[in-house]
Amino acid sequence: MNQNDYKIQAKNVDVFYGEHKALSNINLNIIPNTVTALIGPSGCGKSTFLRLLNRMNDYIDSFSMKGDVFIDGENINHSSVYVEELRTNVGMVFQKPNPFPKSIFENVAYGLKIQGVKDKKFIQERVETALKQSALWDEVKDDLKKSVLSLSGGQQQRLCIARALAVGPKVILMDEPTSALDPISTAKIEELIFKLKEQYTIVIVTHNMQQAGRISDQTAFFYMGELIEYGKTTEIFTNPKQDKTQNYITGRFG
Amino acid sequence: MNRAQINRIKDKAFGVLGLIATLSGLVILSFFIGQIFKEGMNRIDLDFLMDLPSRKPEKAGIYTACTGTLWILCLTTFFALPLGVSAGIYLEEYTKKSKLANLLEVNISNLAGVPSIIYGLLGLEIFGRIMHLGNSLLAGSLTLALLILPIIIVATREAIRAVPNSLRMASYGLGASKWQTIWNQVLPASMGGILTGVILAISRAVGETAPLIVVGALAYVPFAPSSPMDEFTVLPIQIFNWISRPQHGFAVNAAAAIIILLTITFIMNGVAVYLRNRWQKKINW
Repeated sequence: MNQNDYKIQAKNVDVFYGEHKALSNINLNIIPNTVTALIGPSGCGKSTFLRLLNRMNDYIDSFSMKGDVFIDGENINHSSVYVEELRTNVGMVFQKPNPFPKSIFENVAYGLKIQGVKDKKFIQERVETALKQSALWDEVKDDLKKSVLSLSGGQQQRLCIARALAVGPKVILMDEPTSALDPISTAKIEELIFKLKEQYTIVIVTHNMQQAGRISDQTAFFYMGELIEYGKTTEIFTNPKQDKTQNYITGRFG
Repeated sequence: MNRAQINRIKDKAFGVLGLIATLSGLVILSFFIGQIFKEGMNRIDLDFLMDLPSRKPEKAGIYTACTGTLWILCLTTFFALPLGVSAGIYLEEYTKKSKLANLLEVNISNLAGVPSIIYGLLGLEIFGRIMHLGNSLLAGSLTLALLILPIIIVATREAIRAVPNSLRMASYGLGASKWQTIWNQVLPASMGGILTGVILAISRAVGETAPLIVVGALAYVPFAPSSPMDEFTVLPIQIFNWISRPQHGFAVNAAAAIIILLTITFIMNGVAVYLRNRWQKKINW
């Protein structure tokens, strides 16, 4: 694959939290329209890496980094990049569903409204499309005005996905999106991820090995702040090159 | 007796102690309020509310004091609310953790505990003399605004801190700027707490006497103030003045004025409670 064809490229990335080195010398290229799973034990740096991609680490006071991250060939840490614009291009879904305490409609429309979109018809269409994409439309189409607090946890998480999609991103980051959900809701979200990769590039952090195996095309294994192994999911799971990967996947530690 | 029985007795004993502690405050307060009402209730009528001060107790009214208090209430709110809430937002959302921020925090908390008469002296010097506002409503309300500023800042910060961080992250994650996040998510979610703090602070300002005496609020003002530059008096000072007079009629007047003052502060506290409940119902995590 040509260098410029990668959706996301991380080059020699080091991350520090104060004195503590959280990531060291990460080089990782992410292929467009794939699901890339980041796996590894707690504290290995996989969530830190994920948050690098839409610069959510900026909110941690002690955070500092070296190296570069490119999305579509553009250095996202360059001073000419507006972080707000970056995030409309790189959406995020969090570990616990975190809808705004407003109506379903307002939640999905929020991203457009803060961009200053006034056209009501346009907003309505985008909200409907996003809710359909996240397979929530049929369940909520009659009560878009209802508070999100009436939704179940799984529905709330799909709403958070719809909310991210409505802004029109190209990349979607997911930080353990199903860890707070029951198995049926989890299955729905996994199905959704599988469909979404036709249009989006998805990077997902997960603690669940089976989940990584089921939904991802590429897998990156992190350990103690280093990228140990990265490749096709089928190969990582059946024929890992590193002993550490082998041990982690078979559940010998983690 | 075994251990379990002893523990049970201790439990009961503490329950009784707690009940006595709770009731003692209430009993004393209700006795006091009862006295006041017995003394002053019959004195309250439209004339009492609308009359200017007088040397004769049966002719004296609280019109000037009441308008003074309302002026003070509005002006103090006008100055203290935007400053206090903005400062609270800034300290909670914008400052990074540093030694300077810590120093600010400790100082603001300490300011909330400075005796009010000190603020009076500060106001007298700065607003009264240096800024030549004299003993006007403006000088008084600016002084009171300073007095309640730390309270509003602390209340605002606490309300903002109670907003879960996941909400901010959700907003940032959708491309919202800091201000958009504060305006659209953080402030609505913390509005109940902020308003409660603000109202309680203002109801404290309405009851303050000492700093206003220092600034120069007068016990005898023949006319109701009509602009922020006018001389003024407020209910607590009027009450204080009446109580210190020998005629019994003025004591009755004082009791009646106390009822009015209590009513004003009770209404404000009631509004605070109502707002808190209303906003809490709207938002629960």
